Amino acid sequence: MEKLIMSSSPHLNGKKRTQNIMLDVIIALAPAMIAGVIFFGIRAAVLIVTCVTACVLSEFLSRKIMKRDNTAWDLSAVVTGVLLALNLPVSLNPLMAAFGSVIAIVVVKQMFGGIGMNFVNPALTARIVLVNSFPADMTKWTQPFSYGADMVTTATPLQMLSSNVDALSSASGGELVELPSYLTLFLGNIGGCIGETSALALLLGFVYLLARQIIHPVIPVVYISTVAGLSFLFGRDPLFDILTGGLLIGAIFMATDYTTCPMFIGGKVIFAFGCGALTMLIRQFGSMNEGVSYAIVIMNILVPLIERYVKPKTFGQKKIVKRKQNKAKEGVK
Amino acid sequence: MDLSFPRRPFHSKGGANVPHRKNTAHMESVFMPPPDKIILPMQQHIGAICTPTVKKGDYVYAGQVIGNSEAYVSAPIHASVSGTVADITQITMTGGQKIDAVVIESDGKMEFEPSIQPPAEIKTKKELDEATWNAGLVGLGGAGFPSHVKLNVKDESKIDTLIINVAECEPYVTADHREALENGENVLLGIYKVKEILGVKRVFIAVEENKPDAIVKLTEIADNPELDPNDEVRVIKLKSRYPQGAEKILIKVCTNRVVPEGGLPSDVGCIVMNIASVAFISTFIKNGKPLTLKRVSIDGSAIKNPQNVIVPIGTKISDIVEFCGGYKTEPKKIMLGGPMMGTALTTDDFPIIKQNNAVLFFDEKDANLMKTTACIRCARCYMACPLSLRPRDFEMASDSKDLEKLKDLHIMNCMECGCCSYACPAGRKLVHAIRVGKNHLRTGGAK
Repeated sequence: MEKLIMSSSPHLNGKKRTQNIMLDVIIALAPAMIAGVIFFGIRAAVLIVTCVTACVLSEFLSRKIMKRDNTAWDLSAVVTGVLLALNLPVSLNPLMAAFGSVIAIVVVKQMFGGIGMNFVNPALTARIVLVNSFPADMTKWTQPFSYGADMVTTATPLQMLSSNVDALSSASGGELVELPSYLTLFLGNIGGCIGETSALALLLGFVYLLARQIIHPVIPVVYISTVAGLSFLFGRDPLFDILTGGLLIGAIFMATDYTTCPMFIGGKVIFAFGCGALTMLIRQFGSMNEGVSYAIVIMNILVPLIERYVKPKTFGQKKIVKRKQNKAKEGVK
Repeated sequence: MDLSFPRRPFHSKGGANVPHRKNTAHMESVFMPPPDKIILPMQQHIGAICTPTVKKGDYVYAGQVIGNSEAYVSAPIHASVSGTVADITQITMTGGQKIDAVVIESDGKMEFEPSIQPPAEIKTKKELDEATWNAGLVGLGGAGFPSHVKLNVKDESKIDTLIINVAECEPYVTADHREALENGENVLLGIYKVKEILGVKRVFIAVEENKPDAIVKLTEIADNPELDPNDEVRVIKLKSRYPQGAEKILIKVCTNRVVPEGGLPSDVGCIVMNIASVAFISTFIKNGKPLTLKRVSIDGSAIKNPQNVIVPIGTKISDIVEFCGGYKTEPKKIMLGGPMMGTALTTDDFPIIKQNNAVLFFDEKDANLMKTTACIRCARCYMACPLSLRPRDFEMASDSKDLEKLKDLHIMNCMECGCCSYACPAGRKLVHAIRVGKNHLRTGGAK
């Protein structure tokens, strides 16, 4: 008999692989990509292809230079590329988008050890780098359905809201802009990043991710409810806050990124609550009218801290804390 | 304490939806004639190693004690065939330790010692303990914990529940399933004996719902109004989800009680027994013959005729393979036990011992596990762990030999059920890392 294979149990593997998890995320992002192309035309498609190509290439090359296993086939770089593209305004120069992709993969992901090791979300961090490098280009919003040369610029609904607030508070009084209806917001016929405008498309993706058990619903649910609750407290319109800006794409696809969110459910709740609170604080009190990317990145950085203090109670674990309290009580007596 | 029977099993966390692959469930078990030679290692249980009580050249009857120990946590070893002691040699066990083994050349008759008699009627706990010791009975489900130790609970008034484990959640393995179908009467008689002696008020026969015929059969005999006038023995249908058959999980789903960390089932008033062990008690009472035969499931992609075979303990795996028609293809992995918790073997020269319930033979395709890639922190191992442990953190702490961290993570609580490794999309060998980590703690981190 030839040599038998020795290995530690279990001797079976489940069906899920990193690669097909990533493929499922890409499928879940497909409605948002399609909506982006419908609203913003072929240039949206060009940006998506640019980002994906740049991300996969930088993943492949950086692994090669570092003499490590090639991980381009696990499709995680594709997910990063798609997410980054969906978070860019359609009018952005593709070269800038490619620059962002290199930042995401090389600096944020590979320099920290590759998949599973980055401590912040690569796509979001790249977006923040781009916003700070090219502030003008990154905040030029295009009116949907104005393809090609006759591009009409517009404001995002959140910009409209804050200009309305300014107008109301300024003594001289300004012109009030009419805000888009809920239906328009839900379908996504508004100014904004390629993938963030259509709530419908993003929710379709959410349903797919849940059905395939790729993500746990707790982060999106807690994140969105926190935003709604705080929005109500601040006297804003909760539904408007949910449907506008990057909240849905952030809550569904960015905050749930495996690598940069806590692994234990209790930690996920705290993380999502923090994201929601920071988003609303930035939207209400900050100088920006968008808060999602900063909120998520800040909470990403806090994940190790959350994981240190929030631990699951193991099966049959003795209640040490209670005993300590009892001792303390006895001491008082 | 509440002693009602739940309508449906209680909730248990995590687990894995492993494939069932119970290919041998509908095949009658076959008796294998005694092979030419058997090997009986002197440790077929948890506890002290026995010393051989026979010499080379001695004639032994089947059922004769050939290895014994003074220690309390141990179990005597009996010859499983009649014949001559050919040799006393050393054998390397699956854990790597070398122990003595008695080799018996069979005369092919399986003649039992003429003096063997059924024990006098068992009425007290002490007599039951004695009987199980004399029978050499250990937990036949896989752990091999000596039964006389298990049944000798300190305070039997605290024990109110007996759980008979027929969950058999491991893929491929059908030995307990066949036991229920073929030996149902003895199972029930054994249950009533243990119940009577320990004064237990309620008995669960826990079966996973993927064995409908066993459920029907066991319910039929459990509803016997003569033996059980107060209806204190009932079959409970468990979800088919690995690892329902693990002791702690079984107690949780049947009674909703949680065994404390490092504790025993008796701490929460339960005793869990494997169906084959309990059936054997009844057989022993009838004829007084010690444990010499074992039903093992033979299956896997590399074996020609998968089936349940009843073999004399100590039969070499290669002899069983021959009996089952040989190999279909070259086996690449041979496992003792199910694929989730079983041990891979280096050779098919190894003997069957008391607690083995299956031998699986995998061909090349099944034997190779997926390639290990980087952890993506997807938390599937957290979700899969039935004990709410953190397998990924075990792996990291184990790699860095962080003993404090390992303790803090309650690594010793892990039962190595394998759900985490099974669920991992990166194919990480988490259970292996946990074993290494446990060893670090045992040895204090020294190499």
